[in-house]
Amino acid sequence: MDQNMLKEENKIFKNLYNNHGWELDKAIKRDDWKNTKEIISKGKEWIINEIKTSELRGRGGAGFSTGMKWSFAPKKIGSRPHYLVINADESEPGTCKDRDILRFEPQKLIEGCLIAGFAVGAHVCYIYIRGEYSFEGQRLQEAINQAYKKNFLGKNACGSNWDFDIHIHYGAGAYICGEETALLESIEGNKGQPRLKPPFPALVGLYGCPTIVNNVETIAVVPTILRRGGKWFASLGRPKNTGTKIFCISGNVNSPCNVEEEMGIPLKDLINTYAGGVIGGWDNLQAVIPGGSSMPLLPKKTCETIKMDFDSLTENKSGLGTAGIVVINKDQDIVSCMARIARFYKHESCGQCTPCREGSGWMWRILNRATKGETTLSDIDLLEDVTKQIEGHTICAFGEGSAWPVQGLLRHFRKEIDKKCSNDPLIKKKKDVPYLIDQHLLEKKNA
Amino acid sequence: MSVKKVNSEQPKNFEFNEKFKSIAEEILKKYPKKNKKSAVMPFLYLAQKQNNNWIPLAAIKYISKYLSMPYISVYEVATFYSMFNLSPVGKYFIQVCTTTPCLIRGADKIVKVCKKKISEKENQISKNGECSWTEVECLGACVNAPMMQINSDYYEDLDEKSTAKIIDSIFKDKILESGSYKGRKNTSPVDTKIINGSEHA
Repeated sequence: MDQNMLKEENKIFKNLYNNHGWELDKAIKRDDWKNTKEIISKGKEWIINEIKTSELRGRGGAGFSTGMKWSFAPKKIGSRPHYLVINADESEPGTCKDRDILRFEPQKLIEGCLIAGFAVGAHVCYIYIRGEYSFEGQRLQEAINQAYKKNFLGKNACGSNWDFDIHIHYGAGAYICGEETALLESIEGNKGQPRLKPPFPALVGLYGCPTIVNNVETIAVVPTILRRGGKWFASLGRPKNTGTKIFCISGNVNSPCNVEEEMGIPLKDLINTYAGGVIGGWDNLQAVIPGGSSMPLLPKKTCETIKMDFDSLTENKSGLGTAGIVVINKDQDIVSCMARIARFYKHESCGQCTPCREGSGWMWRILNRATKGETTLSDIDLLEDVTKQIEGHTICAFGEGSAWPVQGLLRHFRKEIDKKCSNDPLIKKKKDVPYLIDQHLLEKKNA
Repeated sequence: MSVKKVNSEQPKNFEFNEKFKSIAEEILKKYPKKNKKSAVMPFLYLAQKQNNNWIPLAAIKYISKYLSMPYISVYEVATFYSMFNLSPVGKYFIQVCTTTPCLIRGADKIVKVCKKKISEKENQISKNGECSWTEVECLGACVNAPMMQINSDYYEDLDEKSTAKIIDSIFKDKILESGSYKGRKNTSPVDTKIINGSEHA
């Protein structure tokens, strides 16, 4: 197994655990800001082509080609300025990778912002950090200040003849603001409710201007890719799923941790080598959520062989998402775990589209009843029906995000749920459940 | 969406103090001049900071005038985002993460300690008026679960004992340091021998 591990020299985030210090002078020792001016002088075309060669895919969940996204920005700056927006609103349960980049590798992000900003023609960059990360935000602000002092930012940033400013904007505890158009609404000073697409932000984004929105990790790997070449990055991982990725391994493992590894590493190796194995041994594994809570879970059988990259997980009806791996062992009640995720989505739905606003509540209530063993057999079909009614009927992907985990549960753990659903209808039992629609039938004269 | 309770007792007036006024002017410089509205969230944070960690309606009115926005738009933003408190919270405001990754590592035990030590119900200020607690959704430190946030600091890798210790230190008004309570460095893997697996969930 050890031979397959990512070599130290190929790691991009060498200071993931802050063993070497986050300050600018220490970051420079790790090759940050080395020949940035030279890279920029090669021009936009070269930068975008190099990123296309590297086949870098967005690290925020959707996995869209980064080079392609950048090329959507208008080539010439018209009457409207361009903006670069960094999405650091990391709220997906199971994910905590961006936090480490903000705390310990801020210069990689800042340098990436400058290069990306130049490539898409933006002079101003907003970094949208979730409000809870106030320490990380302060740390990033310090790092930005240090970069300004060295003239790496500001007028003629880093000697590149390109003016570039970075501002931090704090969110305030809304998961939905991780969706790019909701994030833009939030910066504009509105409620964070997603916009209809098209028009896409690349043409009509922040303040109606062309805007490129990227995840923190995507931007932070850009400088290293350009220094070492797109081909180097493409040589890691598998075709179309290239490079390295920070995996967050949490849940029932002996030693939860963040680790940078090559794309396409087998899930079993990842858990056993880095996270100290499943609590109670591999045989005690029940299921794994591979990519943050919105991705359908994988049963143990699939976990034996699955490789962690975008395409292999899609083939198995799940997704890499943000690579937040949540391990659930047999000591846990899988239905109550998913019921808690459903509660998360019920709480975080922005309320704009009816299927999601109402449906997320339905899913939570049914699953909650299931954990208490109060469901009837018809409830499960109802639950499946609700997930289908949400999926594909909402403005943003939140609808899918809330429906998929429940669908995954129904797909792989039908037996477990059916066991809990053998009850008689509640009506017969005359149980007082306030949210039951047929409540009026409980009274005899209405029955 | 969460239901927010607006406090029944409200101060009549609100205005940024001198220090915050100059901070507010600095914030406005970040955004294009015609898009002043963008500053509404930072301003609400400022108001919350000045007013003992909660936002009175008078502050919403003040901000709407400051940014030439309709009152309702500011009110809308203040009620949409969960981090804006519209009624008083304790001097130490504890937020316990209970979403699945924390839950399966024992977040319910942390909640139990809070219930026992602080108050039976969420958002109720403890008897000595020092602190209040609430359950929140994912705080983005899943690898360090279970965890809680006190004011702006993260307390990670908790168990019942360490949580009780931290809450006791709050009551003495000498709060313990934030960070991991399992003695590990940030998000690095712990030596498996130390934790031995059996102690968890």
